[in-house]
Amino acid sequence: MDIPAPVDVRPRVAQIGDGTVPVKTEARDLSVFYRDFKAITQVNLPVYAQKITAIIGPSGCGKSTLLRAFNRMNDLVRGSRVEGQLYLDGQPLYDSQVDVVDVRRRIGMVFQRANPFPKSIYDNVAFGPRLYGVGGGSTLDALVEKSLRQAALWDEVKDKLHQSGLSLSGGQQQRLCIARAIAVEPEVILMDEPASALDPISTLRIEELMHDIAKDYTIIIVTHNMQQAARVSDFTGMMMIDDHRAGRLIEFDQTQVIFTNPKDKRTEDYVTGRFG
Amino acid sequence: MKVMSGRRRLWRKSVNAMMLGLAGVFSILVVTPLLWILGFVVREGSPALSLTFFTELPTPVGVPGGGIANALVGSILTVGLGVLIAAPIGVLAGVYAAMHPDTPLGVALRFGTDVISGVPSIVMGIFAYTLIVLPQRHFSAVSGGIVLSFIMVPILIRTTEEMVRLVPNSLRDGALALGAAEWKTSFSVILPAALNGLVTGAMLAIARAAGEAAPMLFTAFGNPFMNLDLREPIATLPHMIFVYASSPYEDWHGKAWATALVLITLVLLLNVTARLLVWWRTRHLGNLG
Repeated sequence: MDIPAPVDVRPRVAQIGDGTVPVKTEARDLSVFYRDFKAITQVNLPVYAQKITAIIGPSGCGKSTLLRAFNRMNDLVRGSRVEGQLYLDGQPLYDSQVDVVDVRRRIGMVFQRANPFPKSIYDNVAFGPRLYGVGGGSTLDALVEKSLRQAALWDEVKDKLHQSGLSLSGGQQQRLCIARAIAVEPEVILMDEPASALDPISTLRIEELMHDIAKDYTIIIVTHNMQQAARVSDFTGMMMIDDHRAGRLIEFDQTQVIFTNPKDKRTEDYVTGRFG
Repeated sequence: MKVMSGRRRLWRKSVNAMMLGLAGVFSILVVTPLLWILGFVVREGSPALSLTFFTELPTPVGVPGGGIANALVGSILTVGLGVLIAAPIGVLAGVYAAMHPDTPLGVALRFGTDVISGVPSIVMGIFAYTLIVLPQRHFSAVSGGIVLSFIMVPILIRTTEEMVRLVPNSLRDGALALGAAEWKTSFSVILPAALNGLVTGAMLAIARAAGEAAPMLFTAFGNPFMNLDLREPIATLPHMIFVYASSPYEDWHGKAWATALVLITLVLLLNVTARLLVWWRTRHLGNLG
């Protein structure tokens, strides 16, 4: 396999049908290192506003590393380092002037395994707003209710808001985590295989929910499940590792194109299930 | 699948039974002396116990009655003071050790903790004597509390560190991803999640400190009268046991046993109370997932 040339996807807007969509956040020539190991290399990925962008690819190709670069969660890994840049609304995210707390407030995250805090359902959702100084009382109550409604969980939990978040089922816990992320009103939500540990019905609910909240938020989802990417996303980026075991974005396009008429042979093989 | 032959199965089963039996025998060997000591303390201590034993001051040899009210108060004061000093230090240092194990300070902290927890408590006593009592030219309850905190801090650091490490990283990531600062994450997510373990650690530390007689000889010193002034010498239960038990009087020996019984019961009660509180809390908020 020869080393694929970096894919350059620089347009500031995407043409979809008659309209154009602005870029919300974007990776440019982004490489992430863990000490000497280059985990992803030269990634150029635009993420369009209020659209769902899926990142697919075989295991270990750096999908999660790329995702976690967007809210600087990789900073927590000792020895990690970034080359290139990520932009949010045209502003660089990796910059000494930038407060990482501010980045994470604007770019929320939902993890592979639901990770509610060992607190009540209410306190889980209120955790973020309280960090940003939303006091108690009716403002907070309203915000908690709104977030739980957006996460399609309100009807199931409205009578037991003060029970432990851990008393919920797996699918409900994941929706609670989505509500918790929504509650700080981020602009972008990162989802790292949010349904991979859930049963098909819970998965479907999460996918419907993603569709609903995409009206207000920009979503990036990493998934192993190609059907899921095809079902929920508007754009898809395909990643693979190169000969140096570094992840590269080998193709990026509208999801429909990736799944019906991919330009790269490897993408075609992958989405048709011939490997991976 | 190959079916196991009868002889082979018999062999396997008997080895299993033998190992289980051995494990059982050794478990009994561990539990027996424990129960034996407890039973012995109860048998020897209960005759001297009465309500006035808790409310009265010690009497001179031969004078009937008398109690350990001063030592009871003294132990509560010195151990309480020790906990007040040691808990914040131990918990914060433990969190640091768990979160930054590879930094030079983290390594030094962990190594130092290991070394300090191996120092005999009597050495701690002499250390506190030189450091606090000598300059002040005065034995005091405060110096007793401080030396107990020396003993508690390493236990607290170690248990806090271990318990914080048991909290899944996903919880930490969840809080950080919401934009919480590291200290906020530690205090509002990680420490509450590790609370059960922290309480266990605190109980271990308190039980250990409450039973220390040796460092008390050099610091709190003992006091036959009721004292509430932290600047003055004060009686403590273990020190009382030491004084009573090393005396030549039959009557005081009984009191030593009774004091020991009170000490053990107090530690046990404290332990049970703390566990009930933790149980009550986890029932409401759920344990770690």
